[in-house]
Amino acid sequence: MGAEGRDIVVSIRGLRNQFGSQVVHEDLDLDIYRGEILGVVGGSGTGKSVLLRTIVGLIRPAEGQVTVLGDDVLAETHDPGDEVEGRWGVMFQDGALFSSLTVRENVEVPMRTVEGLDPDIRRQLADLKISMVGLPYFAGDKYPSELSGGMRKRAGLARALALDPQIVFLDEPTAGLDPIGAADFDTLIRGLSRALGLTVFLVTHDLDTLHAVCDRIAVLADRKVLVTGTMEEMLTVDHPWVHEYFHGPRARAALEMRDAQSGLNGG
Amino acid sequence: MDEGQTPEIEIAEGADVVTVTLGGAWTLADVTRLDADLRALPSDRPLGVDMAAVTRLDTATAWALSTLKSRVDAAGQSLEIKGAGPGAASLLQTVGEAIPIPSDPAEPPFRMSNILADLGEVVAGALSFLLALLGYFGLFLISLFRALRHPRDFPVTALVHHCEQVGLKAVPIVSLMAFLIGVVLAFQGATQLRQFGAEVFVVDLIAISILRELGILLTAIIVAGRTASAFTAAIGSMKMREEIDAMQTLGIDPAMSLFLPRILALIIMLPILGLIANLMGLIGGCVMAWVELQISPAMFSTRLVDGTDISHVIVGMVKAPVFAVIIGVVGCHAGMQVKSNAESLGRRTSAAVVTAIFSVIVADALFSIFFAQIGM
Repeated sequence: MGAEGRDIVVSIRGLRNQFGSQVVHEDLDLDIYRGEILGVVGGSGTGKSVLLRTIVGLIRPAEGQVTVLGDDVLAETHDPGDEVEGRWGVMFQDGALFSSLTVRENVEVPMRTVEGLDPDIRRQLADLKISMVGLPYFAGDKYPSELSGGMRKRAGLARALALDPQIVFLDEPTAGLDPIGAADFDTLIRGLSRALGLTVFLVTHDLDTLHAVCDRIAVLADRKVLVTGTMEEMLTVDHPWVHEYFHGPRARAALEMRDAQSGLNGG
Repeated sequence: MDEGQTPEIEIAEGADVVTVTLGGAWTLADVTRLDADLRALPSDRPLGVDMAAVTRLDTATAWALSTLKSRVDAAGQSLEIKGAGPGAASLLQTVGEAIPIPSDPAEPPFRMSNILADLGEVVAGALSFLLALLGYFGLFLISLFRALRHPRDFPVTALVHHCEQVGLKAVPIVSLMAFLIGVVLAFQGATQLRQFGAEVFVVDLIAISILRELGILLTAIIVAGRTASAFTAAIGSMKMREEIDAMQTLGIDPAMSLFLPRILALIIMLPILGLIANLMGLIGGCVMAWVELQISPAMFSTRLVDGTDISHVIVGMVKAPVFAVIIGVVGCHAGMQVKSNAESLGRRTSAAVVTAIFSVIVADALFSIFFAQIGM
């Protein structure tokens, strides 16, 4: 799709994931290019989160090859400690913050692995990350249980960004947020991705997020990546599920809203 | 992967401008050094930062440069950043805009009255906790009377289920514990009483201490550990997942469907467990007396029937329902206090066990005083 010349940061080949007799992925291929925001969609149970967990090494696939930044993450010699070097960050659905630490301490956790970092500077950098994801200063002193769901997600993102990773994995970043909060989060992801030069892998159900944020969309169906491409390309795919997904009533509403917005901006 | 270029910093102090030349890849690992160098810069001249040779810039470095800028601005000088690529420039701008302004909360000054206030808070908290427990006991009684008036509402299946959980499944541990206590008492009693040639009184010692106190008290402590925690965990996790809210919207009374069968099961089963514990304790004592003191089981039972008044058994068993209510109410109350996070579930569960055991022992002490006063 016109992207041959681009730098591939994550490459998945022939992936097969299986739980008991249930095959989730079979012969799945996917490339993620540097600096793009890739949205992964698919029906419930098509293994979107499983794919994310496989790439970050939480699930070991039955077969296949996963290469992240030129490194085979499934190789026996691969040292899981390498990831801590700040090459990727993961934001889980509800933030997955450590409940016994404050938000600031949560963001500091990955930075503690950096040798020779002054604790005071670490604190200030944590405050900076908290502010960059749009949380107020006082949120740093709060415990995760004292925050709302949206704030926990932002704090989770701040922790994922603590070491300036090159790739961020986001699991349903806008699920459970109100439309305004979700739109803010979309803007935040887009802005941070541009400012920090991030590559973003985004699992979502939210059509508005797909429209507003993603450069490219990958559709998971029939146990593989059925099709990848831009939103416009998605609209021309005639696989029944893809067609239903991108032409359903909710999709039309999201599309109209985006057209109205771009009309305002363009005109 | 980035090529590992070492970060370089060069400071040229000119007469009217200080120039800092940065080069290489600057990351989080080097920010401590960079920040120290930048803080040491003289603040009486304008500053220039040349970043043309920088190959990598992360947010930590951008933070160091942005804080430098705010320091320089505060000192009334100017800072010029040159040679930043488009990526670096946008990063610098984003970071510069995001730097938080600390709104440090004023530490409350230390006063003696604060300690007094804390103490008062603890006392008031303890009193309101006792009141809350009393409230839950009242809730249990109301549901019990309602169940008596409307027997169809009574959750029989749940009661039977909890009787099995609370009673039947505790029989092995309670029996073993009581048997061993009997053994220990007989052994210790024998060693002491032998000095006076009064070995035969070991039967009285075992019988009175087990029937009056130990059998029921230790059973209650084991049940408090097993069951109060189970109640708190079960009700607490329902509270966490909003199941109890759902019940209320569906018109199901949690007191009726959750508390009543649990506490009632305890009231039914604890005396039975206590009886089993008494029996096993006597058997344990009997076995040990036979082995250690050659008191035959027949002699043991004769001595037991002759020398031990039935009132000891009554004194012991009367306490059982009270302990049951204490354990049940503490467990259910703690479960309802669980908030929506898993941490509070764990804290409440362990608190429930401690409170239940402590309350059982306090109640036992009160019973001892009471029975001493009425001469039983």
